[in-house]
Amino acid sequence: MSGATDGAAVEGRFAGRFGRRVGGFAIDAAFALAPTGITALSGPSGSGKTTLLRCIAGLTRVPGGLRVGGEVWQDGRRFVPPHRRPVGVVFQEPSLLSHLSVRGNLDYGAKRAGQTRVGSKAEIGFDDTVDLLGLAPLLGRGVANLSGGERQRVALGRALLSQPRLLLMDEPLSSLDAGAKAEILPYLERLHRSLAIPALYISHDAGEIARLADHVLYMRDGRIVPGEAGPTLEGVDAAARDRLALAALRAGLAP
Amino acid sequence: MGEVIWTTLRLAGLTTALLLVLATPLAWWLARRRAWWKEIVAAVTTLPIILPPSVLGFYLLIAIAPQSPLMTPLHAFGIRTLAFTFQGLVIGSMVYSLPFAVQPIRGAFEAMGPRPMEVAATLRASPIDAFFTVALPLARRGFLTAAILVFAHTIGEFGVVLMIGGAIPGKTEVISVRIYQLVESLQYGEAHRLAAGVVAFSFAALLALLLIGRRTDEAVR
Repeated sequence: MSGATDGAAVEGRFAGRFGRRVGGFAIDAAFALAPTGITALSGPSGSGKTTLLRCIAGLTRVPGGLRVGGEVWQDGRRFVPPHRRPVGVVFQEPSLLSHLSVRGNLDYGAKRAGQTRVGSKAEIGFDDTVDLLGLAPLLGRGVANLSGGERQRVALGRALLSQPRLLLMDEPLSSLDAGAKAEILPYLERLHRSLAIPALYISHDAGEIARLADHVLYMRDGRIVPGEAGPTLEGVDAAARDRLALAALRAGLAP
Repeated sequence: MGEVIWTTLRLAGLTTALLLVLATPLAWWLARRRAWWKEIVAAVTTLPIILPPSVLGFYLLIAIAPQSPLMTPLHAFGIRTLAFTFQGLVIGSMVYSLPFAVQPIRGAFEAMGPRPMEVAATLRASPIDAFFTVALPLARRGFLTAAILVFAHTIGEFGVVLMIGGAIPGKTEVISVRIYQLVESLQYGEAHRLAAGVVAFSFAALLALLLIGRRTDEAVR
């Protein structure tokens, strides 16, 4: 399976506040993603990881800028609505469309991407995706009786078939039990090897990050703080630094 | 008697069809807006549940009378009044049953939550596309409930149709009004047949609603 574009790098910055009263939440995050490979986005609960992902997908609107592969998705004047952004999103809960079969879910985005794609080169094929994620036995089934792991695999396949130029995954394994996680991780590793687009993967599981991520971004209080992927570890508390170091070691990076 | 039943079914069917179309955007708006003042609109649309039918019928009669500001623009098209007409009856029934259409559909849209529409957006569906291919199918039980409620409620209305319809045979005379007139003139046998039919129909409608509710419960994971 090959990806949609070459040299697609992602650059963005979002700064804004939610909620006017005390207890409101502020985000001020600048980040960049490599053209390929999975970038993990880690950080404590409530640090703004999901908000950042939603800003990138266009589901939440916060002042800022976003450029994906030389295309502006958001700047001071423009805001490309989510349905015009070639982005694949895997939510924390599988969020399959319950009135459609597995095949119906996979086709939903694929059909619409086919209509709007302009002059894109390679395409993420239906059969390739079904093979990669082991979806063949599930295709004719309704989504109600799938296991948690099966649901997330379908959600992942559905996102890929929408021909994204950027893949966003929001803790896709966190709603699964240990068994289901173990079942789906090999699929994600295979995806990692064949994925030719940038991907952002939110997780605070050091093991998952070590197995899947090429780069790590660390987020705290709405900011991307220099971490494993940045120049220094300043501003990262000891526990987080240890986690990052551990992740780096498991990933086979030199200290 | 066949004429009365036909008028009643035609009124209920037309009211149901038109009301579902009208209530859908309203229910969607009420389900998606977060502003508190939307509940003012919700309260207004719910008023027909608690207003006495005579009050509702009185204002409706004034609204569709020839001198009403709502009717004067229609004079140019040769429509002077809708009072004591079948069309007026349809409009009155729609107002009377509006809450029974809006509530279940709004509830279904709210139960769905924002996620399915977000999923659809990330899969390249425009808002209109997503509304028809995701929101409507997911809310189908709400629509079914609304349709049964509105149909049954229209069959059951009495005060409003009496006040704005005038019980003109073949035009605005419906079952509930006919039963009243039969009882007034002591024709109990005839009244029995119609009344028993209404009881049987109403029971079937309620049973259907409860069975739909059961299926909804089972569908929840």
